[in-house]
Amino acid sequence: MDMPKPDARVLAARDSILSKLRATLPGGVIDDPSETRAYECDALTAYRCAPLAVALPRTTAEVAEVLRLCHRLGVPVVPRGAGTSLAGGSLPTSDCVVLGLARMNAVIETDYDNRYIRVQTGRTNLSVTGAVEAEGFFYAPDPSSQLACAIGGNIAMNSGGAHCLKYGVTTNNLLGVTLVQMDGTVVEIGGPWLDPAGMDLLGVICGSEGQLGVVTEATLRILPKPEGARPVLIAFNANEVAGACVADIIKAGLLPVAIEFMDRPCIEATEAFAHAGYPDCEALLIVEVEGSGPEIDEQLARIKEIALRHNPVAFRESRSEDESRRIWLGRKSAFGAMGNIADYICLDGAIPVSELAHVLRRIAEMSVEVGLRVANVFHAGDGNLHPLILYDANKPGDLEKVEAFGADILRLCVEVGGCLTGEHGVGVEKRDLMKVQFTDADLEAQLKIKDVFDPDWLLNPAKVYPLAVTASRRAG
Amino acid sequence: MKMRVETEDDLVAFLRKREAPVFVQGGGTRRLGAVAGEGIDTSGLAGVRIYEPGSLTLVAGAGTPMAEVEAVLAGERQRLAFEVPDMRALLGRDGISTLGGVVAAGASGPRRVQVGAARDHLLGLRFVSGTGVLAKAGGRVMKNVTGLDLGKLLVGSHGALGVITEAAFRVQALPETEATLIGPRGLAEGLAVLRAALGTPFDVSGAAYRGGVALIRVEGMAGSVAYRLRALQDRLGGDWQVEEGAISADLWCGVRDVTAFAGRDGVVWRVSVKPSDALDIVTGLEAEAVFDWGGGLIGLLCAPDVDVRARVQGRGHATRIRGDAPGPVFHPEAAGVAALTRGIKAKFDPRGILGPGVLG
Repeated sequence: MDMPKPDARVLAARDSILSKLRATLPGGVIDDPSETRAYECDALTAYRCAPLAVALPRTTAEVAEVLRLCHRLGVPVVPRGAGTSLAGGSLPTSDCVVLGLARMNAVIETDYDNRYIRVQTGRTNLSVTGAVEAEGFFYAPDPSSQLACAIGGNIAMNSGGAHCLKYGVTTNNLLGVTLVQMDGTVVEIGGPWLDPAGMDLLGVICGSEGQLGVVTEATLRILPKPEGARPVLIAFNANEVAGACVADIIKAGLLPVAIEFMDRPCIEATEAFAHAGYPDCEALLIVEVEGSGPEIDEQLARIKEIALRHNPVAFRESRSEDESRRIWLGRKSAFGAMGNIADYICLDGAIPVSELAHVLRRIAEMSVEVGLRVANVFHAGDGNLHPLILYDANKPGDLEKVEAFGADILRLCVEVGGCLTGEHGVGVEKRDLMKVQFTDADLEAQLKIKDVFDPDWLLNPAKVYPLAVTASRRAG
Repeated sequence: MKMRVETEDDLVAFLRKREAPVFVQGGGTRRLGAVAGEGIDTSGLAGVRIYEPGSLTLVAGAGTPMAEVEAVLAGERQRLAFEVPDMRALLGRDGISTLGGVVAAGASGPRRVQVGAARDHLLGLRFVSGTGVLAKAGGRVMKNVTGLDLGKLLVGSHGALGVITEAAFRVQALPETEATLIGPRGLAEGLAVLRAALGTPFDVSGAAYRGGVALIRVEGMAGSVAYRLRALQDRLGGDWQVEEGAISADLWCGVRDVTAFAGRDGVVWRVSVKPSDALDIVTGLEAEAVFDWGGGLIGLLCAPDVDVRARVQGRGHATRIRGDAPGPVFHPEAAGVAALTRGIKAKFDPRGILGPGVLG
């Protein structure tokens, strides 16, 4: 993967930049190489680069000061939440200042009457729910990294999660933000009301991968916790049949909070690892519904009726907390189980649910052609695939082979009407595939928005768009 | 005078050369404020292109009449979840509402409190900018974080950035049944009870107050609806009457279309605020008020000289959706936001030919 050449003027002025930065943010700057190491990469660990320095402000005003200074000095800035991006969304460049949100984790306001919470965006996803659960509320988007990931990163990537089939992703649960632009301008967008006064700037900021500004505070919608939840496990002897069952459940108007799909390679690996007692089958679905006891019974009866039409090899209803836990056990251990048997990369393409069977068949064929094993575990209800390509990181050339195979799978997703990334973001990982999905005119329309928010192109450089597409702007 | 376009290419050719102002018009049923210049008639860009009930996805040309979209969906017992208002009676119009108009206006109804607005259900769109460049945003899948979410910017932009030619939406299955709790309450108590209902886990899909009555809707499977009606009454207390099926549906059409103000003289405002601010905003204001979204959306009918914006200032925003009064139709934005809006407008319509005066 290529990254642009660092700005020689910035590197040459390193000492003077650092002293100005320290004066701007006393006690909040890290530049010792042994300490900046922790910021060299995010969860996409294949790529690393030490930044010039790391700034850790505590307030919106401090963020604005740091950005204003970097803007004046022409220093690129890479915003970073908790560094859990799987796409290299906060990969530094050697001429950049990493602006970390780690010290900004305060709850600013909770309002149960109007059902929102306002937080600093370094706060972790799970601790937002933690702040409101005593009152019976929760924050709905639940990416699997929720223990560690920051709300700022969630907003940058428009993160989803297992429950987004019912509750939507970050953009559907975000009411307002405080945004600091690269030149230090602070703008308030949205608020504790439901619709924008004019253009929906919030809509384009959410998911912008740190290209438009640094979000320092966010107003998030919180929801009353459901009375209960219960999963069922349904096993089939073919992926196609499981896919058809998903489509029928959705079409019937049932709204499970989650429909998770695992294929045979994934089931076998998790069985060997977690011993969840899953049936011997080609594909299984975990379907979870919410509500009061009788409501859950009513929904599960309907789901059972639909599932039985597809001749499942097993249909397991949970009758206790322990049984529910066992049904989820294999799914929740899937990534650990795969990591136990091989190195893997996790893809994130999304497809129309109607293409599920076709795409899984093609991936299996391609897997044989390339000679790399693939396991599938994903959110089936919304067509967000997570094929895991297994390989051996110590084998020279394997990573390149895996990346090429991954790119082919993502091309397939686009070909059937889907997209490159459903919830992980583009970052550097899928940057060079953007032209598979978008025309030059489509991309130009997006770059124009960046031109307005960050006209000097200093924020989060070399992400999201192919370098050739942004070269003239970055040079400016 | 109106220019009818049949294809995206027509539109590209037309806008590339265009110097004088134009305004986009679907059916003209929800346009706000005055218009200048020639109209672009999008009714030629019509037709459902993809409809996959099992994927909950519909893609259609912007000029497709809403009646057609709704009929196609109803054939599979589905609908657009965000409950598109029909503004014709309120605004005194008689055109044919189109899908593109719904996107451009961001038109969303009572169910917004439960499932979100038009912007939350839009999966992608195609549009031609003011410079005559065709581009697409998003796609047609449920989960998509590939690049900027440009589609959201076009939703509710009232044609200021470009002409929408096609839109893809996530659709929703029709519920088995619906029911509404109807409770006569004073204003303060009525608004408080709406917020309390929305704070329960009983999945309320409508919370409105008008004419001295609080309305709370639940939808879903019959057993579940019955259970939640009981649970809500226990939790909220006081007297409630229950209406089901068609009677319930009619009530919510009235809320959705603000029929209370249709055919009556006066200026109509649409005010968006934090729900618990609603009471203070209307108290002492010389206006008739109806409330939706748990109090977060206020419809006001008043004389032109009532200064609604002064009352709302700093607590939300007010759009004048009908009638003439001092000040602009759209709520003036704070300087920083206004600068961004102007900047975006200048990029997509540098000659300022698309609905001059509308947003930015």
